[in-house]
Amino acid sequence: MTTIPLRLKEISRQEDRFAYGHRMCAGCGAPIVVKQVLMATDYPVIASNATGCLEVSSCISEYTAWKIPWIHSAFENAAATISGVEAMYRSLVRQGRIDDRQVKFIAFGGDGGTYDIGFQSLSGAMERGHDMLYICYDNEAYMNTGIQRSSATPFGANTTTCPAGDVIPGKPQNRKDLTKIMAAHNIPYAAQASPGHWMDLMKKVRKAFEIKGPKFINIIAPCNRGWRSRTDDAIMLSKLAVDTCYWPLYEIENGVTRITVRPREKKPVTDFLKGQGRFKHMFAPGNEWMIERAQEYVDREWERLQKEAACWAEDEEKTE
Amino acid sequence: MGKIVAVTGNEAVAESLRQVNPDVCAAYPITPATDLMQRFSSFISDGKVDTEMVLVESEHSAMSACIGAAAAGGRVATATSSQGLALMWEMLFIAAGDRLPIVMPVVNRALSAPLNIHGDHSDTMGARDSGWIQLYSETAQEAYDNAIQAFRIGEHPDIRLPVMVCMDGFIVSHSIERVEYLEDAEVRNFVGEYMPVNPLLDIDNPKSYGPLILTDLYHEYKRAQHEVMTRVKNVVLEVAADFEKLSGRKYGLFETYRLDDAEIAIVILNSAAGTTKDVVDSYRSKGIKAGLLKPRMFRPFPYEEVAAALSHLKAIAVLDRADSFGGYGPLFSEICGAVMSMDGKPPMINRIYGLGGRDYMPNQAEKVLDELVGIAETGKVHTLKDYIGLRE
Repeated sequence: MTTIPLRLKEISRQEDRFAYGHRMCAGCGAPIVVKQVLMATDYPVIASNATGCLEVSSCISEYTAWKIPWIHSAFENAAATISGVEAMYRSLVRQGRIDDRQVKFIAFGGDGGTYDIGFQSLSGAMERGHDMLYICYDNEAYMNTGIQRSSATPFGANTTTCPAGDVIPGKPQNRKDLTKIMAAHNIPYAAQASPGHWMDLMKKVRKAFEIKGPKFINIIAPCNRGWRSRTDDAIMLSKLAVDTCYWPLYEIENGVTRITVRPREKKPVTDFLKGQGRFKHMFAPGNEWMIERAQEYVDREWERLQKEAACWAEDEEKTE
Repeated sequence: MGKIVAVTGNEAVAESLRQVNPDVCAAYPITPATDLMQRFSSFISDGKVDTEMVLVESEHSAMSACIGAAAAGGRVATATSSQGLALMWEMLFIAAGDRLPIVMPVVNRALSAPLNIHGDHSDTMGARDSGWIQLYSETAQEAYDNAIQAFRIGEHPDIRLPVMVCMDGFIVSHSIERVEYLEDAEVRNFVGEYMPVNPLLDIDNPKSYGPLILTDLYHEYKRAQHEVMTRVKNVVLEVAADFEKLSGRKYGLFETYRLDDAEIAIVILNSAAGTTKDVVDSYRSKGIKAGLLKPRMFRPFPYEEVAAALSHLKAIAVLDRADSFGGYGPLFSEICGAVMSMDGKPPMINRIYGLGGRDYMPNQAEKVLDELVGIAETGKVHTLKDYIGLRE
């Protein structure tokens, strides 16, 4: 059980397990996510990492930013790789060849390595029930290869493979709702988090580590290069994503949906979109329909989530 | 002395895995290797092994989980075939590049398209350059013996590399043969305790596996991998010598059959070597000095030793059960590489046989030997590469 109180003073005294000196871009959301995740616990942690920005920038030649055991093998298999590590741990503990030190296993992947190419291996590992936590740092496109669209890219976004052109104005499709899909695996814990709400994020990670079995947390991670936003906007944007209900903070624990942070006042989605160059064309005259469609999507999904959560809340009231 | 049994190749190799008792296996079913892991799974269900089985959703994940498990610091095995090996292809290089001694029996099978489930060597030949050690097996006995030796070879501190143990799909994997098993205790003593190197599970001494290495050092890393491969030969021979003491069965880098005084010879892998030996015998009884060379260790390839063994011949036929379209068969290319620096190289021909499980019959070997007799007399080769056993 992790004992450090979730207060800034105590947290800041902890030793970094993801060290400075890594080569992520200035203002990147991903290393903030990793630091928050690792600071949420004092259990020993072993991590796997899908190929991507985080991986290529954190372990280069003789240098590593990881002060925990860490393995990268390929792009589409962070979940399968950590499942092998976890299986070996269980095997050796069961055989009495190593002590059970309550080691926790994490797989880190970007949205490309999680929503797309790594989707099968993630689904397989979740179904097999490994005691692991999968963390997706979702920056909504293939940023490492230069901002190509992924199935996490939202409607309308301008990327290098769905550029906003004269005929096609950015990505035509909505993004895949991966958190919902992971919850549909009936795993004990699935959640969405944002580094702008660090307390909520760390609580979720902490909770996940106390649950045996497969867990999934999807964390929005702004990328100023791909989002065409200011270098120092990562935390502001990750808060706006929550305040506009574009990225609602919720958890599904043993099938029960709970909204963990409700914005005091739901802001229009344009508040989130307007600070980002990838959505700039949506504000051009004639493209009003794009903003409308983006807002409709957010409204519909937020409505659905609230109904779902309310349904469970009613249920709890009844049983009480 | 262990039991003498009548078993299939898959059954024999599954038994070897039971005796070795790996810490983790990750596997995915594929014909004709399915039966091997199925049998092993029943050992798990019956509590006969300590293995943690990871029943993954694809071969790509099977090899990924094996990589994670081996890096974690324990003994790891899996098995596959054909498309499964092809799907693993990306991960094979990573297992070898990370120096993880995973043992993988591969039941050789043709590759699609067209879809075909029968035996040929297209699968493992495609993995030739992945950095894995490859051992080939003529019989179920050899597959069993190679699988046991593979753990000792791959885990040797001078090497630390993954090993493939290849046997022919259906012809060996599903045929019942006489096999001599070793005692469980003999096998366990032979493979010994697993000695982890830089295990991920050593949480007090964290290690990073799988860094990004660009133009500054990648070239040196790859050169180092080659250096390691050059040490494999001695380890294979050392392990074979120990195995002979235990079992009485002798293994080398390759097997020669009536080759010492031969004038013509066939070079051939795996089960078809058995058929060829019979035909060699019948030609010998006719007074024709025929012989055979059957490589056992294909990666690393023992070029010098093979060249020395073939140097006295007047004509050689290399038979490939895999093809390189627009090129020579993979075994032929290696034999060419081996004899390249010899003075007075013997004339050679390449014949492709048995693709997709087409039966390799004695009359095919006879035709090849007849042709070699002519080549030995005239020194002339008409067709360098050709296909045998085609439907007329």
